[in-house]
Amino acid sequence: MKKIEAIIREESLEAVKEALEEKSYFGMTVSEVSGRGKQKGIPLQWRVGEYRVDLLPKLKIELVVLDEDVPIAIDAIIRNARTGEIGDGKIFVLPVENVVRVRTGDRDENAI
Amino acid sequence: MSVNAGDTAWILISSALVMLMTPGVALFYGGMVRRKNVLSTIMMSFVCLGLVGLLWVLYGYSLSFGSDNGGFIGGLNFVGLMGVGQEPSSVYATTVPHLAFMIFQAMFAIITIALITGAIVERVKFGALLLFSALWVTVVYAPICHWVWGDGGWLASLGVLDFAGGSVVHLNAGVSALALVLLLGKRRGFPSQPMEPNNIPMVVLGAGLLWFGWFGFNAGSALTSGGLAASAFVATNTAAAAAAFTWMIVSWLHRRPTILGTVTGAIAGLATITPAAGFITPLAGIPIGVVAAIVCYYIMLLLKTKLGFDDSLDVFAVHGVGGILGMLATGIFATLAVNSAGADGLIYGGGMQVLKQLVGVVSVGAFAFAATWVLGKLVDVTVGLRVGKSEETVGLDLSQHGERAYGGLLR
Repeated sequence: MKKIEAIIREESLEAVKEALEEKSYFGMTVSEVSGRGKQKGIPLQWRVGEYRVDLLPKLKIELVVLDEDVPIAIDAIIRNARTGEIGDGKIFVLPVENVVRVRTGDRDENAI
Repeated sequence: MSVNAGDTAWILISSALVMLMTPGVALFYGGMVRRKNVLSTIMMSFVCLGLVGLLWVLYGYSLSFGSDNGGFIGGLNFVGLMGVGQEPSSVYATTVPHLAFMIFQAMFAIITIALITGAIVERVKFGALLLFSALWVTVVYAPICHWVWGDGGWLASLGVLDFAGGSVVHLNAGVSALALVLLLGKRRGFPSQPMEPNNIPMVVLGAGLLWFGWFGFNAGSALTSGGLAASAFVATNTAAAAAAFTWMIVSWLHRRPTILGTVTGAIAGLATITPAAGFITPLAGIPIGVVAAIVCYYIMLLLKTKLGFDDSLDVFAVHGVGGILGMLATGIFATLAVNSAGADGLIYGGGMQVLKQLVGVVSVGAFAFAATWVLGKLVDVTVGLRVGKSEETVGLDLSQHGERAYGGLLR
């Protein structure tokens, strides 16, 4: 089992969600995050003058899939989150030791 | 003189309008600070309704409008509202109950201190601010109010014109704010860390309440409900519109037309038209508003980015500069055709009026700066003006008030 953590643009969420659902990956956790990468931030204005915000708002999607499903899920995410401009985000894949469904106590593959 | 129902209704409504400006300032300022200081910033304005609302009826009104002492300060004859009743005063607003005029004036004193607080947010100690405010109303506001509006006040006798408080409120607040900034110093992290406004919609709501209340402030200062009030009302709206629009354009030329800039322009226009509102033609509000926006914009830029003053919410650049511009504009655009109790300004052949206005600006500005500096120093050496380092870092909401604006993990 692997956990996929994808940092994406806020505006890509709907398309990514739908694409994952098509591949029958329904469960996920989405959170609002701030971060920085090659995009380096954006200029904002005060009443006068401007300032730079270098932590930009992004969304983080987390989902856990079987090892063999990782390439499919990654493919669904990048096809829908890619614009080709800097700031499209990143995907991290992490090993998962255990999964437990709280309602039933089901474990691992049965709980994904 | 007997009580006029129309005038009385208008002054009471105007008093309520001006009262609403103080919570308006609270929201206007509250939205511009970092989220850890929202409540503290709002509280600094709101508490003035409590503190000054008391001091004013106890003795503030008397020191401002009591029987004259050498043109400098009012006497103690109205202490505790003694002799201030349902009958009109013989010299002030002679067609409305004296109590109505007194409470209208109370709202001006309240908002003036609230305006000052914008310069010192995010680092001033709350208790010290209360002590300072009580001293400031007594030692700075009351005398200046008496000079300009009191019967026998020396600037009033000289013929200095200030319709609704360009000197008494705005210049006074702006210059006092600057003195406090010099005493208090910068916020930790200024200017290297960007300090982002936490809630710009709240700033806009506050600005809207200020604009709304300003009709009471300026048109109410006619002290009657006739043509002069209407003229001041239209001049006020025109200047605010011109300044808001101009600031938006200047901001757009720089990069983008920001809403924060546009509402700031409106407030600069309103502050600037204040002393002139009932002495000029309504259309003179246009040049006054345009100039207000441009001058305030560039002075703000200079103070903040070049000179590094941490006048945190630009009280001097908006109210101090607006007050000066408005006082001088009154000397230029005033006409007896609008207000027979006023004067003819420069463009109507009255060159002397500009000089009188200048005397008003310099004397009010110098006194406010010096007296505020002394009071601020006094508070600093006794109780300390500034919070400690850790209190500033965690934010004044928690450290001064034990509350947080946006608390709770559950939505």
